[in-house]
Amino acid sequence: MFRYYLKLGVLSIRANPALSALMVAAIAIGIGACMTMATVRHVMSDNPVAHKNDVLFHVQVDSWNPDDPYDEPNEPPEQLTYIDAKALHTANRAFRQIISIKTGRVIQPEGEDVRPFQQEARATTADFFQMFDVPFRYGSGWDKSADDAEEFVVVLSTSLNEKLFGGVDSVGEMLTINTQAYRVVGVLGDWHPVPKFYDLNNNPYEGPEEMFIPFTVAISGEFGNNGNTNCWKPVPDGGYDAFLNSECVWVQMWVELRDASEKATYLQFLDSYVEEQKTLGRFARPMNNRLSTPQEWLVNREVVDDMVDVLLSLAVLFLLVCLLNTIGLLLAKVMRRTNDISLRRALGASKSELFKQYIVEAGMIGVAGGVAGIGMTWLGLRGIENVFSEYDFIAYLVRMDWSMIMLAVLLAIVSALAAALYPTWRACSVSPATTLRIQ
Amino acid sequence: MEIGPIWRAMLKNKAGFVLIALQIAVTMTIMVNAIGIMQERANNIGRPSGMDEANTFALSSTLFIEYEDDQRKALIDEDLTAIRAVPGVRNVVATNSFPLRQGGWSMGLQLEPGNQSTDSVGTAIYFVDEHGAETFDAKIIDGQNFAPNQVAWDNPEDNTWPAIGIITEALAEEMFPDETGSVVGKTVYINDNDPVNIIGIVDQLQAPWEGWTGVERSMLVPERRISSFQRYVIRTEPGYRDELMPQIEEMLAARNKDRLIRGLTTMEDVRKLAYLGDSAMIKILTFVVGLLTIITGLGIVGLASFNVSRRTRQIGIRRALGATKPAIVRYFMLENLIVSTIGLVIGGVLAVALNIAMVEAFALEPLSWYVIPAAMVGLWIVGQAAVAGPARRASNISPAIATRSS
Repeated sequence: MFRYYLKLGVLSIRANPALSALMVAAIAIGIGACMTMATVRHVMSDNPVAHKNDVLFHVQVDSWNPDDPYDEPNEPPEQLTYIDAKALHTANRAFRQIISIKTGRVIQPEGEDVRPFQQEARATTADFFQMFDVPFRYGSGWDKSADDAEEFVVVLSTSLNEKLFGGVDSVGEMLTINTQAYRVVGVLGDWHPVPKFYDLNNNPYEGPEEMFIPFTVAISGEFGNNGNTNCWKPVPDGGYDAFLNSECVWVQMWVELRDASEKATYLQFLDSYVEEQKTLGRFARPMNNRLSTPQEWLVNREVVDDMVDVLLSLAVLFLLVCLLNTIGLLLAKVMRRTNDISLRRALGASKSELFKQYIVEAGMIGVAGGVAGIGMTWLGLRGIENVFSEYDFIAYLVRMDWSMIMLAVLLAIVSALAAALYPTWRACSVSPATTLRIQ
Repeated sequence: MEIGPIWRAMLKNKAGFVLIALQIAVTMTIMVNAIGIMQERANNIGRPSGMDEANTFALSSTLFIEYEDDQRKALIDEDLTAIRAVPGVRNVVATNSFPLRQGGWSMGLQLEPGNQSTDSVGTAIYFVDEHGAETFDAKIIDGQNFAPNQVAWDNPEDNTWPAIGIITEALAEEMFPDETGSVVGKTVYINDNDPVNIIGIVDQLQAPWEGWTGVERSMLVPERRISSFQRYVIRTEPGYRDELMPQIEEMLAARNKDRLIRGLTTMEDVRKLAYLGDSAMIKILTFVVGLLTIITGLGIVGLASFNVSRRTRQIGIRRALGATKPAIVRYFMLENLIVSTIGLVIGGVLAVALNIAMVEAFALEPLSWYVIPAAMVGLWIVGQAAVAGPARRASNISPAIATRSS
């Protein structure tokens, strides 16, 4: 019977090619609009370290102005002062811990024909790579002794290694950065966390830095901070040393704590650190230490642009319009076929058989709409990529994955069935005798 | 005249008309809100930065060899002199940022000294010399520009701020809302305790952050930074920009090999990048509204065609009983007008409700009232245009149909 209904459905769809096309197109466009925005939102709100979400924590302590919270209602600053970052890192109380900043350096490649170029770099500490499961193609990160000894070592990304060393294993090679020779200790594998969870300041979608150097090297070399610096108190006179000892926040800190008891112990440690600082006249605000998982941190920093949500809600309404359109057209179709329906009823078709017949027909339109909808989503994402083409990170935000494709098909079928329900019910309630009587 | 019978006929087939009315209502809801957002974005994009954007470009110089302070100062002075000597250059300034650049320096200004950050007014800071005002095309409308001897090199060991400043008119109004006379000569405090005497007011110079509510607030500070990173903003005589850009880049790169010349960009490109989100939003929403109108229009065409073919016999009978062709057309047009009106009234209410919800959730600006009647008129026209084809076909149904049995 099912095959017969399929055949009937095809016949009915072919009887009204323009209207059937309109229904399929309406569903496809509605799905396309929704799925385009849903995909962008899905990527934007992704958690690249979901597999370690319960062991990684972003560290905040409230060193801000006694009279005024950093952010309403009572948010501690998102970054640490150098004093606190240094002290907490040196205390070494977590399983793993890193402090880091974004900076910029000039690379001077060998040879006269290659011009020096500017490169964004991350200055961080040894645990960074293991803590965030960063893959390596060659070599590895540096160890703690390199941090302590302020060794001039550098880790490169795959693409920077490609540019500087032609992609070969460059571990052990020397590289001149701002006239200083650095030894390459590692080359990263393919690593592009979106959003850049470990530093959401500035642009969360720009992708990781291509070069990593020890934090201690950056401090002793007085490298500039390319990220945000926020101060609530004037920086006293005295140059870079005064800045390091100021109440300005500019350093990010993450810790890895393997279970709840380690977390509890670490929170206690933070409390005792702040208590100690209070006796020194700092931390005048109430105790407000935070350990946030990557997921909590992404939500707290609101990485998803409001405009994506605005567009997504408009897209959902758009799908609603497309569905109302389809319901109307299906209903009109049913109304015109009352003759057929009452004839079939009179010849003995039960209501449930009719229901099956019309649902099969609607389902076919839904599947066609869903498949076309995937195409529309792809087009929609290309459109988004196109209007934002000046953003070099846009390509990472418009990627479809299987979960989104499945969702598109599911949404299409559910939509088509939802659209078919009322017209089908109307078809089933046609009484067997009406039309025959008129005839 | 015919509304009564049309209305009663519609009640016989409620579902179909309710659906089309709802579709029009939701279409209206989306359209009105989309237009509201587009208007807001278009207004943003239209704001001038205060600069002579068509004739201004910027580039930066990054030293990667360690220089003593005196060497750095000499390099900056020589760069500026060399640039100023190029024919076609109107003026140049070494500064930390410029309007629309997205990154910059902000400080709080207050009327009394002391730590009272809650009462301070935020402003963008541009470190400039006496050439800053002309290069930025900021016209001094009150007071005066910095004199060359008032501009000092910054001292990295000393964080005190210069004692004079030039502010924008918008900042002056924000700081001294009740002042009717001149603000020149008044003192404000920066960095909690450092006094700044306002010596001049400029007409307009935006802050670097176009999305900031205080975007019109900025202050020129007479200080030159000795850092290894310098940003040069160059204003040319009209028409010289494109020719001078590669020329000056080349000249600076050749003058000194210990630094990188980067970030060569016109103000027009800076503006494009700054408002990319806004212009992209306008493009996306225009497309969405267009597509939506087409789908709704086609839906109306489809439904009307169905109705016409379903009522072929009735139309034939009406024609046979003496109804003229225009009367048949009028019937379908009026029917559509009634459905549209119901849909548009519901849509108007829904649109306002959605707007209130979105203003609440996403800090959008509330709608301008006239968008609603404008969208109504637009969708009325769409509905009438969509129904015109099927209505004309209906009017061509021959009266003889009535005599045939279906």
